Amino acid sequence: MSLLPAVEISRLAHRYGEHEAICDLSLGIAEREIFAILGPNGSGKTTLFRVLSTLIPIQQGDVSIFGYSLRRDAAAIRARLGVVFQAPSIDKKLTVLENLIHHGRLYGLNGHELRGRADEMLARLGLAQRRRDLVEKLSGGLRRRVELATGMLHRPRLLLLDEPSTGLDPGARSDLWQYLEQVRAQDGVTVVVTTHLLEEAQRADRIAIMHRGTLAALDTPEALQAAVGGDAITIRTKDPAGLAQEIQNRFQAPAKVIDGSVRLEQPEGHQWIVRLVEAFPNQMDSITLGKPTLEDVFIHFTGHQFWNEDATS
Amino acid sequence: MSAKTNSTSRTVAHTVPALPVVGTLCERELVRFFRQTNRVLGALGQPIIFWLLFGAGLGSAQVGESGRLDYAHFFPGTIVMILLFTAIFATISIIEDRREGFLQGVLVAPVPRWAMVLGKILGGSAIAMLQGLVFLLLGWLTGALGWAQVITATPSGLLCAILLMAILSIALTALGFLIAWRMDSTQGFHAIMSVVLLPMWLLSAAFFPMNVGGWLGWIVRLNPLTYGVVGLRHCLQNGGGEAAQLPSLALCWGVSLAFAAVTFSLAWWIAGSRSTADLL
Repeated sequence: MSLLPAVEISRLAHRYGEHEAICDLSLGIAEREIFAILGPNGSGKTTLFRVLSTLIPIQQGDVSIFGYSLRRDAAAIRARLGVVFQAPSIDKKLTVLENLIHHGRLYGLNGHELRGRADEMLARLGLAQRRRDLVEKLSGGLRRRVELATGMLHRPRLLLLDEPSTGLDPGARSDLWQYLEQVRAQDGVTVVVTTHLLEEAQRADRIAIMHRGTLAALDTPEALQAAVGGDAITIRTKDPAGLAQEIQNRFQAPAKVIDGSVRLEQPEGHQWIVRLVEAFPNQMDSITLGKPTLEDVFIHFTGHQFWNEDATS
Repeated sequence: MSAKTNSTSRTVAHTVPALPVVGTLCERELVRFFRQTNRVLGALGQPIIFWLLFGAGLGSAQVGESGRLDYAHFFPGTIVMILLFTAIFATISIIEDRREGFLQGVLVAPVPRWAMVLGKILGGSAIAMLQGLVFLLLGWLTGALGWAQVITATPSGLLCAILLMAILSIALTALGFLIAWRMDSTQGFHAIMSVVLLPMWLLSAAFFPMNVGGWLGWIVRLNPLTYGVVGLRHCLQNGGGEAAQLPSLALCWGVSLAFAAVTFSLAWWIAGSRSTADLL
């Protein structure tokens, strides 16, 4: 993988009135990387997406994409961007092919070249049979494929996707990720995905965890999980708060109550299982040992539960 | 990316040629229009209903001291009303485009903003023109059937009327764009419709004569739409027997062109400004 930066964000800040959506954010995304921006609602990731997609202007700091400043050369960046919005930007009253043709013209394509590329994209996304169908007659998964086809039609170097899995069933979600890996491998495209789905972020090369407008962590999924330091032990019990307190008193080990279960992160987790089961034999319904999930990672880096974040924007 | 490739890629034009963009957005408006059967039926039905209503209803009506109301007198004003409503309703589709997400795709494409605005406005104007022409045809039919002589113009007068209708359509679509750009729902539009647009038509010399006194007269004279109505009266009916009291055709053209230029410029300007509704 090339390490040249596709995107450089430096000291970016953005506010909506009093609310600070992004504060002092700096990060770099390498060319040909699949990069996930992970955060709950209100973490600032959607604002970041809007800035990167040139939809809203930069207030503070700077962003450069392929060496172009977003402040000065937004038009140059637009020509190199493929954007897939959360709310579909295709026209439901038009057919699949008409959507591609109109989109291509907005990117300066026309004539045979445009038809050729549209055919190519339809074939690649398995939409060739549906080209004359009105988009409003397609399922959510197929519509998302049309979105991807329009997003890639003008051969962008950077593909930005906002919550691309929203509304997709697991099969369609898996297809989407296969496709993203394919465009990276075949076309050398850099892919940036925002998501609030932990299992989705797991498929990226690197994950930036956003929390209240700041960067809480940035690394590969494996490194992030390793940073939690050990194994995650989850105990199901009738009185989680009481048990967590007892574990803390007895072992001086930080135990948290998360979603009605007691959670501990400890190295050598298997030995802890024995210790815990022996210490509290009658208080557990079940005890499980696992590698830390991205949720554990999120809690580790932010001190907050992923799903209980206030949705402030 | 090395500095060298960077500098070569900088020579690439940053925005795409504008005309295909204008064409494609305009074409999209028309395709969408013709694909929605109810819109097409409404577009054809409205002129026919107005024609029957005004033609039959007004033929025998007596109103106050102003005397007999005749269809011919109301004909230019009715054309303008059709253009006004259709043009403006066609552009409120920008609210729909925004809500359905289509607009954001256009906003992040490397297209000049004015080309986006012009494409949208020409598409809406074309739909308005279509209805206006249907009504014009019905007007001709009225004369051909010997009911009432509403068009007394020569072919050149007719051409003048059609061109003026096109200019008015553009001006009114641009006005609709201007109003709709900042709105996030079509509901808000109805308030504007009844407070601004309907009075604008009523006070456009479509209803009241130009020489009405007092503040009403001032409003009629300051209303740019007045010059559209009067211009059509000149073109279609040689002034309808009151040419001497009306503003000249040249003035009507001047005001209408200025009206279109100003509303288009404002639409372009407002589309360049960021709207919080962009973030739906």
